[in-house]
Order: sequence, then C-alpha cells, then structure tokens
Amino acid sequence: MAANVYKPRKPYRLSKYVFIFAIAFLFMPLAVLVAYSFNAGKTMAWHGFSFVWYEKLLFSSDELWKAVVNSLIIALSSAAVSTVIGTAGAIGVNWHQFKLKTYVRGATFLPLILPEIIIGVSLLIFFAGIGIHLGLFTIFIAHTSFNLPFVFLMVLARLEEFDYSIIEAAKDLGARERDALVKIIIPISRPGIISAFLMAVTMSLEDFVITFFVAGPGSTTLPLYVYSMIRFGVSPVINALSVVLISGTILLTLSARNLLKYIADR
Amino acid sequence: MLRIIAGFENPDAGAVSIDDIDILPLPPNRRHANTVFQNYALFPHLTVFENVAFSMRLKRASRKDVQLKVSDYLHLVELDGQADKMPSQLSGGQKQRVAIARALINEPSVLLLDEPLSALDAKLRQHMLIELDSIHDKIGITFIYVTHDQQEALSVSDRIAVMDKGNVLQVGTPYEIYESPADIFVANFIGETNLFQASVKAVEGELVDLEVPELGDIRVTTTCPVSVGATVNFTIRPEKIRISRAQPTLASEYNILQGTVEEPIYTGFQTKYFVRIDGTTTMKIFKQHINYTDEGPDIHWKDSVYVWWHAEDGYIVEDRPQ
Repeated sequence: MAANVYKPRKPYRLSKYVFIFAIAFLFMPLAVLVAYSFNAGKTMAWHGFSFVWYEKLLFSSDELWKAVVNSLIIALSSAAVSTVIGTAGAIGVNWHQFKLKTYVRGATFLPLILPEIIIGVSLLIFFAGIGIHLGLFTIFIAHTSFNLPFVFLMVLARLEEFDYSIIEAAKDLGARERDALVKIIIPISRPGIISAFLMAVTMSLEDFVITFFVAGPGSTTLPLYVYSMIRFGVSPVINALSVVLISGTILLTLSARNLLKYIADR
Repeated sequence: MLRIIAGFENPDAGAVSIDDIDILPLPPNRRHANTVFQNYALFPHLTVFENVAFSMRLKRASRKDVQLKVSDYLHLVELDGQADKMPSQLSGGQKQRVAIARALINEPSVLLLDEPLSALDAKLRQHMLIELDSIHDKIGITFIYVTHDQQEALSVSDRIAVMDKGNVLQVGTPYEIYESPADIFVANFIGETNLFQASVKAVEGELVDLEVPELGDIRVTTTCPVSVGATVNFTIRPEKIRISRAQPTLASEYNILQGTVEEPIYTGFQTKYFVRIDGTTTMKIFKQHINYTDEGPDIHWKDSVYVWWHAEDGYIVEDRPQ
C-alpha cells in the first residue's frame, strides 16, 4: 500500500539555517572590514572605492612596519626555541619513567587554564624581581614559556600513537639511543613537530595580553601597535592592515595544510 | 623469552649465551641476535630499501656495499622491484618479508621470530612458512620461532620447547614431542588426542593392562616403569584408531571397543568421527581416505561401529612432576 511507503522527512532544514546563520555571524564582520578597507572616506559612510589606505599602510607607516618586524622576530625565535624544548620534553615524558611524571604532565596543562593576565602579571613581577630590562628579550622569554605547553602537548599526542616496537626494532638493528632519536623518532613525529611550530608562531603573533605586560619602550609588537592606534580613533589603515593579515593567514593555513600533507605522504 | 634474548627485558635468573659468550650484560644493539617483530615494526617513514639498509647505514657501510647487499637480501625474500615502495604500500606478507630481510642483513647468529605469521591469513601463512623454511636452509643460522600454532611449530622445527606459564615442559624433536609427550599439557597442546585417567591392573614387561573407567580394560605398552594400582594418564591419538562397521578379527594386543557415531565430519582427505563409547564417553577418531573405495564416507551418523588400535599405539603420559 502506498500509504505504508516510508518517506524520509526533508532532512536537516533547521540545521541548514543554523549553519548559514553561524557562518554569517562569523564572517560578516570580516566582510564589512574588508569592504571598508577600500572606502575612500574616513567615516562609515561610503565615499567610493579606493586604495588610499593601502597606500598609507605601505608608504607612510614606518612605526607599524617596525612593529611587524618585531612581531616576526619574536614569533619565529620563540616558536623555534619552544619547539625544541617542548619536543625534547614530550619525548622524555612519553618514554622515560620517573617519579612525579604525572605531576609534570599535569603541570603542563596549567598555563593553558590560567588567565593570560595572571601569566602576564607574574612574568612582569618575575622580570622586575631579577632586574631584567623590559624589551624584545623579555617578550621572547614570555612567548617561549606560554608556547611550551602547546608544543609539548601537540608533540606528545603524536608520540602517544607511536608504536614502541619500532624503537625496539631500531635498537635491535644496532641503533644507539641517539640514532633512534635522530633517525626514527624525530622523522616520524615530524608532522606533529611542524604543526606545533606553526601553532606557536601563530599564537606568538597574535598575543596581546601577556606581551602588553612584558613589553618595554621600543619593543612594540603588532598587536600592541594596533591597540595604540585604536586609542586615537579607528584609522582605516587598520582595516587595510587587517585585510593583509587575513589574506596572509589564509595563505599560511592553506600552505601549511599542503606542507603537512606533503610530509605525511613522503 | 625472545625479549630477554633480544635484550629488551632482563631475566630474574639464569644466563643467555650465544656462541658461548654471555650476552646478558650487552644492550640490544650489541647482541648478535635480530628480531622479526610480531607487528613487523617497519619504519613507516623509510622505503623498503632504507628499511632493509638501516643497520648497514648505522655501520656506515659504503654506498656500493649497501646497494649490493640490500638487493641481495631483497632478492632472498623475493621482493625484487619493491625497493622504492613505502611500507604502507605493501601487503601483510610483503611487510613480513621486509622485516625478515631487515633482520637478516645484519648477519646475526640467531634470528628471533615472534609469532611472525600470526597477522597473516591462513593461506599466506602456509606459503610464508615454506618460504621461511627455505630461507633458513639457505642462511643456515639458528631461528628461534615463537608460535601458538602447534601445526606451525611441528612443521618447521628441528627442536621444539613447549612452554606453559613461563616453564619449559619439554624439549625435543617434533616427533618426540608428538609421539612421546612429557606430560598431559604437552599431549593436549600439541595435536589432538584422547586422554583418560586409568589405574594399572597388571604389568607384564612392557605390556600394561589398564582399567579406564570410561572404556573398560585397555592394553598399552610403555617404557616407563609403572606399578600395579598406580593411577596414570592414558592417551591415544585419533589418527591411530581404526574404525569400521564390521567386526574385525584381531590378536590380543589390540584394543577393541564398540560405539555409536555421534558426529562424522567429512573433510575430503579424511573424516573425523566423534564416537560415543558405550554411552559413557566420546572419542575422536580420524580416518584417512587412502582409497576411493574406503568405507569412511559410508559410516554415517548413529551407525554402530567398532573402533580398535594396537597396544603399541596407546601411550602412558607421566603426570607433571609437581
């Protein structure tokens, strides 16, 4: 009988609308920002299409570019150092038995949970206490320390799916600890290490709160600079800068994905 | 035990020596023993070639030597032309071969195989078993092969050690292990058997009369000393029992029993029968179909049959010394 034929209801109509709404909610502000970066006028009224703010960004924003360079130096150096330390830590914690191991692992979660402002304040007190002048170096130390747990946990996650018998096989075939580390452990966990590094770069680039506390005169990073600009009213140069950053991030994400895929396929 | 020989674990007591050298103080990388791991443990980021070349690279062998030797060993395990593949592109059997080549290239004195075929399907397992045997013949070093598959053990070994819960129960040739099991566990574990408790009624040289509660009086020969009244274990292998519907005429060294077929399992080359003896117990009997005209397939479910075997074919198993 036709009445008994099962007809599926039109599926997911509600969830479709929720999805569209969520996407709109996430990306509308960005779209507005992108649009206004091409606005010829300085107010929210539309004065016609122009590249004037991009010109200004490129040719008359020396301070801003200094901040960008500072940010890049800090991001790359702190990411590199925290990747090395975090990877070494993860390897040690994963394969070596020692007392307090669970506490060490637990402690690494702490900086992820603690409010950034507390980390910022405590770092400031620490630097003041040992008498280091605030500047690029203190920012570098601060960023390295808050990147560490992320790198540690990401590499550890990769190591946990590591089949230990592979290391035993390497030793069985004549590898010493160091050979096993260099020829087996690091190459196999390379995708994890690289994504941890990229993650660290990103987090360092965008950090504001902690940097705000430990930055000194002449060591302004990009987020700090943007913040200081906003205090004198929203300049459309920031819109232009944001568009550049957004495009940069999208490019980086895509290339990182391809890079990781390339590494994984090799 | 393999892990102790390979050096991944330390024994509580005892010694391990290869070529009369005590190897216990040596770390795994300095022992002349290489392992084929149960899950292969290939290096996933290296090609087949580099996997096999791993130990040579560590020794900093020259490029030419590596090239020659690796292709030799890949040829040995019949993986010519696969050198540039990644382990993830290989089938289970191929991975196994890479693992074997990788372990052998070090020219160890002993090759340790940890259930190497357990991850393969039945047909491939048979094939690899023959391969392993022929590799063993070509290389001529000692293989120590751990397996739970007693068929595998019997077919490739020169000597078998049967272990249970860490204790070695018996060491011997496959023939000794099968035909003269040292205790009940070995008898049960290796091959199929019929096992009964019995008490000794009379001893006459090597000929012993037993009383088996389920079967009645049984004659058996034995070489181990038994005394009248003792309780012993009596075992008879299924393939040594003959079965027929017609009553045979037999000399007194034969044991003959009557029973009913409970379950015939025809498998082509042989039929397995479960025969209920006098309504008390079930015996396993295997009949090979040697000729086309064999009676075997004609013995059906619920048929009354006679089963018999020669006293020499039965065997008295010693109790495990506690």
